[in-house]
Amino acid sequence: MKKSVVIGNAQAFWGDRTDAAAHMLAKNPAIDFITFDYLAEVSMSILAIQREKNPALGYAQDFIEVVKSVIPFWIKGSQVKLIANAGGLNPKACAEACNEVLRQFGCVKKIGIVTGDDVLDRLKADVKSPDFNHLESRQSLESIHSRIVTANAYLGAEPIIEALRKGAEIVITGRVADPSLTVAAAAYYYSWDLQDYAKIGGATIAGHVIECGTQSTGGIFTHWLELPNEAPIGFPLVEIEEDGSFTVTKCQGTGGRVSIEVVKEQLLYEIGDPANYLSPDATVSFLNLKLSDSGENRVFVCQGTGSSPPETLKVSATYRAGYKAEGFLGFVGCKAKLKAEKAAQVILNALKEKNMEPSDFYYECLGTGAIVPLIKEKDDFIEVILRVAASDPKKDVIEAFTKEIAPLVTGGPPGTSGYTSGRPQVRPMFGYWPCLIDRKLITPRVDILEVES
Amino acid sequence: MNFVRITLGDIAHSRSGDKGANSNIGVIAYHSEGYQLLEKYLTEEKVQEFFNPLSLKSVKRYLLPNLGAVNFVLEGALGLGGTCSLRYDAQGKALGQAILQLSLLVPCDQLPNCLRLK
Repeated sequence: MKKSVVIGNAQAFWGDRTDAAAHMLAKNPAIDFITFDYLAEVSMSILAIQREKNPALGYAQDFIEVVKSVIPFWIKGSQVKLIANAGGLNPKACAEACNEVLRQFGCVKKIGIVTGDDVLDRLKADVKSPDFNHLESRQSLESIHSRIVTANAYLGAEPIIEALRKGAEIVITGRVADPSLTVAAAAYYYSWDLQDYAKIGGATIAGHVIECGTQSTGGIFTHWLELPNEAPIGFPLVEIEEDGSFTVTKCQGTGGRVSIEVVKEQLLYEIGDPANYLSPDATVSFLNLKLSDSGENRVFVCQGTGSSPPETLKVSATYRAGYKAEGFLGFVGCKAKLKAEKAAQVILNALKEKNMEPSDFYYECLGTGAIVPLIKEKDDFIEVILRVAASDPKKDVIEAFTKEIAPLVTGGPPGTSGYTSGRPQVRPMFGYWPCLIDRKLITPRVDILEVES
Repeated sequence: MNFVRITLGDIAHSRSGDKGANSNIGVIAYHSEGYQLLEKYLTEEKVQEFFNPLSLKSVKRYLLPNLGAVNFVLEGALGLGGTCSLRYDAQGKALGQAILQLSLLVPCDQLPNCLRLK
């Protein structure tokens, strides 16, 4: 019987640690695949700005550093394959940059490039189509058509499997459904029929568990304070069986914990109707799942069920929505909260006087229960951090906002502190536009790049 | 029947996530007895009331009896989504821990079997 496939995740989001893959391989050289997720909802808009300035960019450059860190393991004989959505808006350029690094070290690896997710032109050509209405508000795309920056469909496992079958040992994609990175690895390894939805469903749940990295090994766990403290939290591994059931675990000697409680929390993360979790590969139900302890830091998950995926693929589009900035000031002393609230009013009034009132202005008195506003009667705080934030279609309005914070250091309430990080940065703001597209309109494409030895 | 006031965190743990303008909060009972209390007392109305200052459009509850969990989808929790929210917790990551502060009246005699460490 074939040994179970071992798939790790070494990147939950762009900004996560960059050394997790090397760390994982040092502890467990027999890992078969490592997945990397770089693309949050609005990552594409950041990449669009980069590509606008330089057409050779538009991908997550951190991934090149990751590939470099894996090279020593390949040279020592590891057969690990990497699957990453680091390609962003420019998977080809990402692959070429990886190719360059591999060539420098004389490491021969085929790179698979998956594209076909970019649907920007298609959406722009048909803005009135009700198909592209906002998934929730049902607004027409026409309302933002002049400001659309990116639009990408979430592809599934199939093109990744094709790349692996063509011999790719690194697969770089654009937008792909996060669990599909794991589904592709397992389906390729076991040569599953993609319509065997029980197996695909199981692997989809495995992918859902590990796609957020350390969130399934103790990160953000309700009882995080209980975790052993000896090392940074280890990234997750899933050992997927031929029937789609799997064990969640992590490398020995790493921090964190894999327990039924931890895995349950991650299972519930970012899901809607648990009977119909939608992915491009299958429609999955969580309602028959069974979890059991199978050793220290090992949780076995079985009985995930699946059925055919929807006829449509989800699309995430981003659009220019103006500019924003945020600033912080600390206040100490009696009536700190009242002082902070008044200080916020001073900022707003100063802007009104200049005819620079932002279209949106928001403030929070951090430390008083403001992060999640719940009705509270307490008011006797002696230390409060005021957070002020503003957004507006016009950049100069937000620039004016950022200049109104420092003057409070000498003109505001007593006990003001903390203005050492300088004037806040004005950042471009992007809206998120989810919609659907008929699967039949999408043609994923697989190219292979070979290192010339 | 005598009732006792508890906070949700006494009988369950949780995690919240974001999806566009909505947030979801999974609430997981420590034991099956606790799940029965969640099913009976942690209603959509209770959650909507608790998060009243967020002006949610709707709260929908889904049951996962096999995991002893309930999943709430909070429509409109995150404004416009994307990076348009001016909130500090734009992704709703704190909602999961906030809900554990929710106060519930539960039957006294059922409580001991619902606590994490019995």
